[in-house]
Amino acid sequence: MYSNGYIFRYAAILVIIAAAVLSTANMVLKPFQERNMAIEKMGYILASADIKGVNTKNAIEKFNDYVVEEILVNSKGDVIDSYKEGKMEDGKAFKINMKEELYKKSKGQDFELPIYVINKDGETIYVLPLLGTGLWGPIWGNMALKDDLNTIVGVTFDHKGETPGLGAEIATKQFQDQFIGKKIFDDNGNFTSIKVVKGGVKTLPEAARIHGVDAISGGTITSQGVDAMLSNVLESYLPYLEKHRKK
Amino acid sequence: MSEEKQEREPLFSPKNLKLVKGPINLDNPITVQVLGICSALAVTAKMKPAIVMTISVMVVLAASNVVISLLRNGIPPRIRIIVQLVVIASMVILVDQVLKAFVYDISKQLSVFVGLIITNCIIMGRLEAFAMSNKPWPAFLDGIGNSLGYGLILIIVAFFRELFGSGTLLGLQVVPPGFYNIGYENNGLMILPPMALITVGVIIWVQRYYTRELIEENK
Repeated sequence: MYSNGYIFRYAAILVIIAAAVLSTANMVLKPFQERNMAIEKMGYILASADIKGVNTKNAIEKFNDYVVEEILVNSKGDVIDSYKEGKMEDGKAFKINMKEELYKKSKGQDFELPIYVINKDGETIYVLPLLGTGLWGPIWGNMALKDDLNTIVGVTFDHKGETPGLGAEIATKQFQDQFIGKKIFDDNGNFTSIKVVKGGVKTLPEAARIHGVDAISGGTITSQGVDAMLSNVLESYLPYLEKHRKK
Repeated sequence: MSEEKQEREPLFSPKNLKLVKGPINLDNPITVQVLGICSALAVTAKMKPAIVMTISVMVVLAASNVVISLLRNGIPPRIRIIVQLVVIASMVILVDQVLKAFVYDISKQLSVFVGLIITNCIIMGRLEAFAMSNKPWPAFLDGIGNSLGYGLILIIVAFFRELFGSGTLLGLQVVPPGFYNIGYENNGLMILPPMALITVGVIIWVQRYYTRELIEENK
């Protein structure tokens, strides 16, 4: 029979070998995985600005074609970094960690957020990345604004693990298409964000309907998460938007 | 499974070939042993994920079978299940990392199911029943055979579900667009897991009809 000592030694050695193999694999494959994630991110940014024909193969190329500037804005709305030359995927704005920046915001510290400026056939589009919490995990996306920094060109949402058929519907075209043409400021210039309305926008007064979309039936918490994400993130961009809107 | 030690057996002796062929029909892990049903229902809505899942299971099963078979004389029986789990889990994580690096789209579709290969009973079953008491080469063939049997059913189910549920095969439109104009509709039910179970049931029925050996005696 095997002694206890043998069993412990055996288990220890096995686990150490397994750990070594796995961490080596992780290190070797990390660059490929990060590249895939970057490509996916570019695809979403372009998709929010309604640029068609982007796939995993041409995403980097198209991203460099369309994105003309990457801006970093701070909590006061000042532009602190503008990146125009070189490869867009190397820009500081593209690499910034939204989660950390929004965490700093929640702690009341200074933060920096990225904006992507896209030139789509002469039309200037500003894309703001979004990040928030759904029911089961993080949700994120992008919002593309026209050069009035008010009207929405398009949005994309994605999620880590919302319930399929319910909360996960935020990633569908039907939900996202509702945002097209909506406005984040009212006629008096007050910030309204976009409300995700339970029961549908038809329950809102006529004037407020341009600032709302229908929530998802059965996906209440995720819908609230989208609503909170929009108001929280857009609010962080507000100083910048206010400054550049009035021109 | 016999365990006699033979001298210099040819690599593809009839006995070894049987290890590959057996699980495809007479000893099929899904339709005969009814193992691994959960993943068979989950990843068969489209053919592409089903094929990737098959390849992943094949890699995991064949590799873990070989590793366990190499270790079989040193594994203390009291912790053998733990050792098997460590081996399977490491293999699954490796496969998951490789998928994430090279076929990111599909790895997103398969999401949790790759991780759940760890709990696929076929794999633990083969390690415990076969690899623990056989040499590496037969163990390798056994792994390939069982994952082929598993994958065959997965792909058949996915074929019907994708054809009737989405009108496509491997993402290509096969139902002519004209059909939709004269009132043909994709069957939304085929996309949902219950129809996968029913499809598996039909496959079992057809298989038993043609394979008399599988029919139990009526008492």
